[in-house]
Amino acid sequence: MSTAATMPAHADPHHVGGMRAATEHEGPAPKRIVTGYGFWIFLLSDIVMFSCFFASYAVLVNETAGGPSGAQLFDLRSVAIETACLLLSSFTCGLATISADIRRQARFQAAMATTCVLGLAFLALEGREFADFVARGAGPTRSAFLSAFFTLVGCHGLHVSAGILWLLTMMAQVYAKGFRADIQRRLLCFALFWHALDIIWVAVFSVVYLLGSGV
Amino acid sequence: MSDHVHDVEKPVDVAPGDEGEGDVRLRLLGYLIGLGLAVLLTATSFFIAGTDLVWQPSIPVAIIVLAIAQMGVHLVFFLHITTGPDNANNVMALAFGLLIVVLVIGGSLWIMANLNHNMMPMDQLMQMQR
Repeated sequence: MSTAATMPAHADPHHVGGMRAATEHEGPAPKRIVTGYGFWIFLLSDIVMFSCFFASYAVLVNETAGGPSGAQLFDLRSVAIETACLLLSSFTCGLATISADIRRQARFQAAMATTCVLGLAFLALEGREFADFVARGAGPTRSAFLSAFFTLVGCHGLHVSAGILWLLTMMAQVYAKGFRADIQRRLLCFALFWHALDIIWVAVFSVVYLLGSGV
Repeated sequence: MSDHVHDVEKPVDVAPGDEGEGDVRLRLLGYLIGLGLAVLLTATSFFIAGTDLVWQPSIPVAIIVLAIAQMGVHLVFFLHITTGPDNANNVMALAFGLLIVVLVIGGSLWIMANLNHNMMPMDQLMQMQR
C-alpha cells in the first residue's frame, strides 16, 4: 500500500509495473466491468461475423446471373426512413440508459417503449422491402448477388428482432425487480448490443444500398 | 472499488459503454451531439449518392469515408469508447476486432479479384472439358 500511496493511480492504471501487481493486486475487477468487457468481446466477434457476410457480398455483388441488380431493386426513400428509425432508436436507448442510472422507472419505460416502436417500424419496413423483392421474382434463390444480399441484410434484421425481444424482457425485469445491480448489468449489455446494431446498419446502408443503387 | 486511502482517481478500468457518474444534462447533451453529427453524416451520404454536383468517381470513396466517420461518432458518443487510460482494454479489444475485419474483407476482395483476373473465361473452360 505504501508505494501506491506515494504514486498517483493514473501513472500506472493497469498495474503493468512488474512485481507490484503480484504482491498487492486488489483482486478481480468489479462484476460490472467483467460482464461489460465479456459482452464487448462477444460484440466484436459478432462484428467479425458480419465482416464475413460483407466480404461475400462485396465479392458477389456483380454476379446477378441475368437477374435484377441493386440499382433496379433498391428504394432509397424506404432505406432513408429505416435509417432514421434505427438512428433515433439508438438515441432513445441512450435516454433509457440515463434514466436507468438515475433510477426513474417511468422515464425508463417510456424511452424503452419508444426504442421498441422505432425498432418495430424498422423491421416492418425491411419486411415489406423483402416481400416486395420476392414478389418481383428477386428472391434469395434468383442470383448469387441476391443470396448474399438477403444473408447480410437478413442477418442484421434477425439481430434487431432478437434485440427487440431482449428489450421487452428488460422492460419487464425492471418493472418487476427494479434497478438492481444485476439488472443494471443486463441493461449495460443491452445498450451495447443496440448501439452496435446501429453501427452495423451504417455499414449496411452505405455499402449495400448507397453504393449499390447509384454509381 | 479501490482500497487505497490516497487514491482519489477514478477506478482503473471502465466497462465498455459506461460513461461514469456525471451531470444528467451533460450526458444528455453528449447523446444529442452524437445524434446531430450522425444525422448530418447520414444526410450527407444520402445526398451525395443521388447528386450529380460532384465528380462521379469520387462518390464511392466519399460514401465509405462518411460511413467510417459515422461509425466513429457512434463509438464515441453512444458507446463511450474513449482514448483515456481507463478505456485501454476496451480500445485494445476493438483494435484487434478491426484488424480481423480488415483482414477478412480486404483479403477476400484481393484474393477473389486476383482469381477472377487469372481465370480463363468460362466458355473456353467449358470447351477444354469436352
